[in-house]
Amino acid sequence: MKLNVAAAPHLRSKDSVRAVMVDVLIALIPSVIVSTWVFGLRALWIMLYTMILAEVMELFIMKVLRKQKNFKPDGSASVTGLLLAMNLSLAVNWWQILIGTFAAIVLGKHVYGGLGKNVFNPALIGRVFMLISFPVAMTTWYRPFYYKFDTITTATPLAILKEKGIDSLSNWSDYTISLKSLFVGTVPGSIGEVSALALLIGFIYLVVRGRIKIWIPVTYISTVFVIASIFYLVDPTKYASPLFHLLAGGLMLGALFMATDMVTSPMTVKGQIIFGLGLGLITMVIRLFGGYPEGVSFSILIMNALVPLIDIYAKPRIFGTTRGGK
Amino acid sequence: MALLSFKGGVHPPEKKELAEHKEIKVLPLPEKVYIYTTNHIGAPAKILVEPGQKVKTGQKIGEANGFISANIHSSVTGEVVEIIKMTNAASGSKNDVIVIQRTGDDEWDFIPNHGDYSKKSPKEIIEIVKEAGIVGLGGAMFPSHVKMSIPEGKKADYLIINAAECEPYITIDHRMMLEKSKEIVKGIKIIMHATGVNKAYIGIESNKPDAIEKMKEAVSGEPIEVKVLKTKYPQGAEKQLIYAITKKEVPSGGLPLDVGAIVFNVSTIYAIYEAVEKGKPLVERGITLTGEGVKNPGNFIYRIGTLAKDLLDYVGLVEEEKIDRILYGGPMMGIPLPNIELPTFKGNNALTVMTKDVAPDKELFPCIRCSKCVQVCPINLMPYLLKMQVEKREYDKALEYGLMDCIECGSCSYACPAGIELVKSFKTGKKVARALKGRAKK
Repeated sequence: MKLNVAAAPHLRSKDSVRAVMVDVLIALIPSVIVSTWVFGLRALWIMLYTMILAEVMELFIMKVLRKQKNFKPDGSASVTGLLLAMNLSLAVNWWQILIGTFAAIVLGKHVYGGLGKNVFNPALIGRVFMLISFPVAMTTWYRPFYYKFDTITTATPLAILKEKGIDSLSNWSDYTISLKSLFVGTVPGSIGEVSALALLIGFIYLVVRGRIKIWIPVTYISTVFVIASIFYLVDPTKYASPLFHLLAGGLMLGALFMATDMVTSPMTVKGQIIFGLGLGLITMVIRLFGGYPEGVSFSILIMNALVPLIDIYAKPRIFGTTRGGK
Repeated sequence: MALLSFKGGVHPPEKKELAEHKEIKVLPLPEKVYIYTTNHIGAPAKILVEPGQKVKTGQKIGEANGFISANIHSSVTGEVVEIIKMTNAASGSKNDVIVIQRTGDDEWDFIPNHGDYSKKSPKEIIEIVKEAGIVGLGGAMFPSHVKMSIPEGKKADYLIINAAECEPYITIDHRMMLEKSKEIVKGIKIIMHATGVNKAYIGIESNKPDAIEKMKEAVSGEPIEVKVLKTKYPQGAEKQLIYAITKKEVPSGGLPLDVGAIVFNVSTIYAIYEAVEKGKPLVERGITLTGEGVKNPGNFIYRIGTLAKDLLDYVGLVEEEKIDRILYGGPMMGIPLPNIELPTFKGNNALTVMTKDVAPDKELFPCIRCSKCVQVCPINLMPYLLKMQVEKREYDKALEYGLMDCIECGSCSYACPAGIELVKSFKTGKKVARALKGRAKK
């Protein structure tokens, strides 16, 4: 009898990295549906196109360049592709997306050594690369249900706030900016960021499946809420309400799906809380004082860089030791 | 009532149904036994017999050799045929083995002075336990008489009985509690008497309601309490068990006694009862022979030193092609056997025969820092980071990050979606770190 003497444990969970990625994709389905409803088929095509591009590029890198003959797609490229697409404006064209996806998969992921080794969120590397390279296309926003109307482009709620001041929000003639429309997603913005509702449904799915570093979105969103509340209480005629800040722009998409990227976020609960606090702080500094209307992408990339440090300083107290050693 | 537990841990499939309803059977006497001189942690026993010598069942054939060591006894009546070297699956090193051919039925050699414990001094009881060669039968094989001798200046406040049996498949302690509850309670009282402890807790996982019921009945009127634990692996790990019951943490690098606890496993307690009351040295114990690869799984009493093959012959195996591995112990911490011509030792509480469809190879992925390993570690380590440190041979760092605190429970490897063998690298890392430390001292 030939016996296997592999190391213990001899039972392993059925879980796999591929299953993790599939769960993230499933969690994004509600957002894909809302985006398609609000922005039409063009949004759906962009999402599919980016996912396919990302997978093809990854396959080529793994099989041809890195000679991993047995490589089987693990779904991580699709997740990066879909998240990148959700962070794009509808106005980008096919070759801009091609370049953006290249930036995400190659510069964001494979230059570091591939899955699990990257420091920054690859989708955000792709997005920021496109924001710098194609600023006009990346900040041209389609109005919701544009396919039913003559006029197509408009400004996002955060851009209106930044450029025209808080008064313009309440009497913006082009379309309604109410908390309800922000929650459901019938406002202009990046393809996948507009509907807080759809994103929250996906988030709940990930929580139920135990797939998310839950402290990151909790502290991130709370920090934004607290800082926005302070400013709103000081001068409500100048600053937008905390709920507006939660629902407008990419905060929900960023907090629930980008900042929680497993590879580029801290592993301990303590670390995740520090990470979330930092994200909230940087986002609000950019939103309130920065030159960009929106600070989510930059805050995540900045905090990504700090993760190795956070992980070391936020190490949990080992069982049987007192804080600070034995 | 909330179930007692600890932080972290995993929920592997329990698989207890294979053997939990099978009454304990006494296996027929083996024809030949192979008894290691290291049937315990510590120094090998000094051999007292030579080839050709006739021995009785229970006759001392090896003597404790040093402070942490234990006696060994012949588990059959027969003749010593030879003394050979054999690989000890538990330690991986070669040890002396006394081979005894059985010549007839049991002729017992009992321990002198045994009998009613209440008439004996603690010292006399500990002497009987030492004489009987009793070691921790939960698997650790630490000599029981050493554990019972409370060092001067220390005090044991309570006795904890480890009846969690959190390893999947294994059911022998469960059956012992159902079938030998009175004897176990007597064993507990013996240990309390010998150690001066006046409070005992029996920790049982919630998945054994019949054993909880039975033990509650058996302890009524005694200063012994049954504590119901959450069914979670590794609930039976010593530090986790003590924490679940007392909410005290055994200090890093310390012993249960540092928080006033002494811990004994159910089977060990039964062995102590048999030694003190009946004068029987530790020559037999209970075992669960189980797994999908076993035709008739069940619980048995067997003689120590029986070959694994002889035990498995009794319960029958499925077709050879279906068998993947055979373990001393359960699937989470069990030791894989290189072949079945190996003798059993005092710590064997189970032989688990796993089939290929149960223990499939896991597809390997890179670590995606999902933090599952951090979440499940009952010691609060960061397994992914430790593995990187061990791989980079940064042992100083790994020690600082708690490498030596790892209890090797395997929860991290079990949970890892990338299929990374975390514990395996910690075991190697610990060995290297220990060796380096030894070298530094010289």
